[in-house]
Parts: sequence; structure tokens; C-alpha cells
Amino acid sequence: MSEKILEAIHINKSFRDPVTVKVLNDISFVVNKGEFVSVTGKSGCGKSTLLYILSTMDTDYEGKLFIDNIEMTGKKESELALVRNEKIGFVFQFHYLLNEFSVLKNVMLPGLKLNKYSVLEVEHRAIEKLKMLGIDHLANKPANMISGGEKQRVAIARALINDPHIIMGDEPTGNLDKKNSDIVFDIFQQLTQEFNQTLLIVTHDQTFADRTHRIIEMEDGRIIKQ
Amino acid sequence: MSQNLIISIAQSLLVARWKQTLVAAIGVTFSITMFITLLSFMAGLNDLLDGLILNRTPHIRLYNEVKPNSHQPIQSAPTYQNAYHFIHSVKSANVRQSIYNSEAIMHALKNDKQVLGYSPKITAQVFFNDGNIDITGIVNGIDVNAESKLFHFNDYIVKGNGVDINKVPNSIILGIELGKKLLVDIGDIVQLTTAKGERFPLKVVGFFQSGIKDFDKVQSYTSVSTVQKIIGKPGDYITDIQVKLINIKDAPIVAKQYMQLFRADAEDIQTANAQFETGSSVRTLISYAVGITLLIVAGFGIYNILNMMIYEKMDSIAILKATGFSGRDVKRIFLVIALGIGLFGGLLGLVCGLGLSATIGTIPFNTASLPTVKTYPINYNPVFYLIGIVFSLITTYLAGWFPARKASKIDPVIIIRGK
Repeated sequence: MSEKILEAIHINKSFRDPVTVKVLNDISFVVNKGEFVSVTGKSGCGKSTLLYILSTMDTDYEGKLFIDNIEMTGKKESELALVRNEKIGFVFQFHYLLNEFSVLKNVMLPGLKLNKYSVLEVEHRAIEKLKMLGIDHLANKPANMISGGEKQRVAIARALINDPHIIMGDEPTGNLDKKNSDIVFDIFQQLTQEFNQTLLIVTHDQTFADRTHRIIEMEDGRIIKQ
Repeated sequence: MSQNLIISIAQSLLVARWKQTLVAAIGVTFSITMFITLLSFMAGLNDLLDGLILNRTPHIRLYNEVKPNSHQPIQSAPTYQNAYHFIHSVKSANVRQSIYNSEAIMHALKNDKQVLGYSPKITAQVFFNDGNIDITGIVNGIDVNAESKLFHFNDYIVKGNGVDINKVPNSIILGIELGKKLLVDIGDIVQLTTAKGERFPLKVVGFFQSGIKDFDKVQSYTSVSTVQKIIGKPGDYITDIQVKLINIKDAPIVAKQYMQLFRADAEDIQTANAQFETGSSVRTLISYAVGITLLIVAGFGIYNILNMMIYEKMDSIAILKATGFSGRDVKRIFLVIALGIGLFGGLLGLVCGLGLSATIGTIPFNTASLPTVKTYPINYNPVFYLIGIVFSLITTYLAGWFPARKASKIDPVIIIRGK
């Protein structure tokens, strides 16, 4: 059995305002190293909510969450920020690049925050990631001057900069056309195959999900199939 | 967490919104400029007004006051040693106006480390004779060099030369108003009569203008020896010794010591001119109040602009948090932005303040009562600049603190899910 990267144990979550609505009901599953997992389900089934809990950004839940066999539940905000910085890479539906910075600087920011490598090394690593994704020629462009597909690839490079244990994606292809979606999927596949990267992607794109290793299907806050 | 990263992010956000930044910084610049200008100008005026009196007033004046003897004979009677004495119709004792042992006192003052300098003086009442009219006046015998050095005597000479009263025998410097009354000019002779009825002709060598008209109507100056000659007293006859101390604050204490040591009356400047301190401090207080008000207004400007910036930058804040920046880091980024505006605006304000006050300092300001002042007075005290920059940093820090805290509390999930 390969090592566990992420483990969710009996996770429950309710929205209390204005009335109590249970959105997640007893979610338990494990993601192992090198797995390419997709979470699917209809809109409103709680898959995004689950992702934000797994990403440590949402701390308002019951149950337990382990990342890299360390319990995340009950940690302080600043400690969780460090975990996100070091162990988790994010790709969202929207790219969330900072327009004030160049493409390269956007990719470098989480690396600079981690402060594990010198600025020059971080820059070198960032260029390597961009090269791997085939967009190193954009490095010095301002982030708002590149196309949507390119932006999403920059966001992936940013997610990769600190060699995270797991990359989490919330509809990473949701805003992209077929061609760019395929590019993004190919990148993810390449990451799992060549770098043994763990991926957890929330998507409602069934064709995308079908090509992943494992599908976790959700409905009404429960896992119905995995 | 590297400080450089925080600063570089803050810098990029600032540069990206440079117009807003500029508006915020101009607010700070304006208030610091006005703060510096106001204080420099106000302090300059204070110095000027205080100088009117304080420059010319000795820190300690040694003299003999006409007053009743403090030791009355009844106090020596052993019978009434422990009784309370009621004495009626006490009269002032016949004291000598001149200071006893003046040579020795001056020698002691010369060796006293607290003393910057001293100047002897004789004051005598005289009449100036103008035709058949007698004008009451006062003639002061002074050591013109010491007087100029310690009490800026030369600054108030508007015509002629102060040193001439030492060089020209039997010469006199008249108050400008007195000169007008007597219709004399430099080189003319005035006649004066002493209280004892003796007449002396003296040559006018200059005029002075103190800025206080009543003073200029009666006062005149000549050398110590000339006055001694006029009133027929010997060379050691001195009625006042004016002492200037190194530290004016010591005056009340030193005055008490001298009173015992020299057995003469000693009056310190604080007792003689208490009202000036009050006036200056009230004026200073008002200028500080206005300056700080300006800064607080600028602070609200910064608060608004940072608040707006945070609403605009919600996405950026969310992604910074998602990629591992803690709330504290985000807060520091916005505090650095606020302080950057404060520092930049403040430094620019100091330069503009210096420029504006220097400009005011060149505006002509002529008034008959202040002969030495040609332009508006400005005090370039570095303390104002220090206070200015410190205040600008404190205000901007406080103005930035609330928006920064708000930014640090932003929940990235709400922003990201909202898309």
C-alpha cells in the first residue's frame, strides 16, 4: 500500500445561516501518493465545499483531516497558511493571477513566501516550471497581458513551485475551451506519470473525470461511489 | 518570513495604483508642509517677541533696592525674642544705591563658570534742556562692548555707531523719539541737567530704537565713566550689575545664591518677565494643535484610500492567503503600504515645508518697532522636522491599521467561491 497524502475522516459540515442546512454528510476517504483523483457531482452537491475543507482554508467543520499524516483540524490560521504554502498547490476555475506582477513573479511568490531557497534559486525553479508547461517565453510579460489558457497554465506553474504533496483543483478547466482543457488535462496527466504528483480535482466535466485514475462521485453531501 | 517579500509586494501594489497613492501622499505632504511652516513661523515670531524683552533683559540683575531694613531694632531685644512684632510707620532705610564692593563682585562673576558674561551699569535721572523746556530722561552708563555682546545693544542702534560713546569723550546715544523731541542729529550737542542741578553738554553720536516707544522717549546711553562724572561719583560707583548666565533656567537659583553671597538684591528674569513664558507656550500649543489636526485629516484620507484598495484587491488577498500567506502577512503588507505613503508623503512634506518657510522668510517685514527685522522671522528648528516625520508615520500607521486588519480577516473561501 502506498503512503497516504490526504485522509478525511467523518467530515460533516452545515451552513447555519439563515437556516441550518447540512452540506456534507460523513465524508471519509483517502488519497494516496501519485493518485489522480477527481471529485464529480452535480452543482450544489457539496464538492467545492469539501475541497475548501480539504485545502485547510475552511476550518468550520466537524470530523478530522490529515495531510501527510499530520492532523490539520484545530490548527491555528498561521500554521495552516504554512501548510498550504508548503504542501498544497491550488488551481482554481479563475486563474487569480496578480496583475501587478509579471508572470514569473506570480509563479515565484509562493516560493519566496516559503523562503526555503534563495531568490535566484526560486527564479530558476519558476522558469523550469514554466518551461515544463511550455510557457517560459511569457515569463516577463505582465500577468494581465496573456490569454486565458496561458493564465491557467501560469496558475498551474504557481501551484507547482514549492513541489507540493498534493495539487487541488476547483474546476480548473471550467473556464477553458476544449483545446485548452486538453492541454491542462495533459499537463495533469504528465505530472502524475512523470513526477508521481498527487492530484485532487473537483470537476463536473464527465469526460475529464473519466480519464482520471479514480472518481469520487458525490450527491447531496455524501459520497455515493468511489 | 522575509521582510523583503512583504515590502516588494507592498511596493508593487503601490506602484500599480500610483495615482491613488499620489493623492494619499499629497494629503500627507500638504499637512506636513503646513505643520512645518506653521511651527517654524510661529516659533520665529515667538523668538522675535521674546527677544524684544528677553534679549535685552539680564538673566540676573544685581542692585540695591530702596526698602526698609529687614532687621528692625526690636528684633534684637532679648525680652521680645519669641514675640510677634507689630511695628508701625516703618520707613525705608537710607541705603546707598551703588553696589558695595562692585569690583570684587565683578571679579567673582568673571570666575563663575555658570556666567556667560556681565555688564556694569549706572542709571541716573536727568533733564534734557531744550530751549526753556526740560525733558525728563534717564541716562544709562554702560560698558558698550559687554552690552553689545550680551544684550545685542548694537542691533538697536539705528544711526551712528555704538562704540563711539567709548571713543568720543562726553558723548551720548539718544533714544530715537527723544532725539526727535530735542530736534538734534549726530554731531549736535545736547544739554543735560542732573538732579543736583549741574549742567553738562554732551555730543550726540548715535540713536537707538528699542521697538518700545515710551522707552525710546526717555532713555539715553553713555559710557560708565561719563555718568560717574555727570553725577559726581567715584570710579567704583555702579548701581547695577547685569549678569547673563549660560543656562537661563538656572537664573532663579543663582539669583538666590548671589543675594546671600554679594549682599545685594538680585532679580532673576523669570520673576521679572513671567508673562512672556505664558504667551510663548500658548502660541506654541495652538500651532501644534493646528498641525496635528491637519495630520489627522490626512490620516482619514489614507484610511479611505486603503479601504478602497482592499476592496479592489480582494482577489489578490484571497489568492495570497490560499497560497500560504497568513493573515498576519497580509496585514503587514497593507501596513507597509500605509507607512510607505506616510514616509514618502512625510519626507516630501519636510522638503516642501522647508521651502515654504524659507519663502516666507524672504517676504519683507518692516515695522518701526523692530528695527533689526527686515523679513518675516522663521525658526529652522530641526526638532519640528523630527516631530513632523514621526507624526506622519504614526498617523499613517494608525490610518492603515484598521484597513489592514480588515484585509487580514478576509476569508479566501468566500472570495474564491464567489466567482
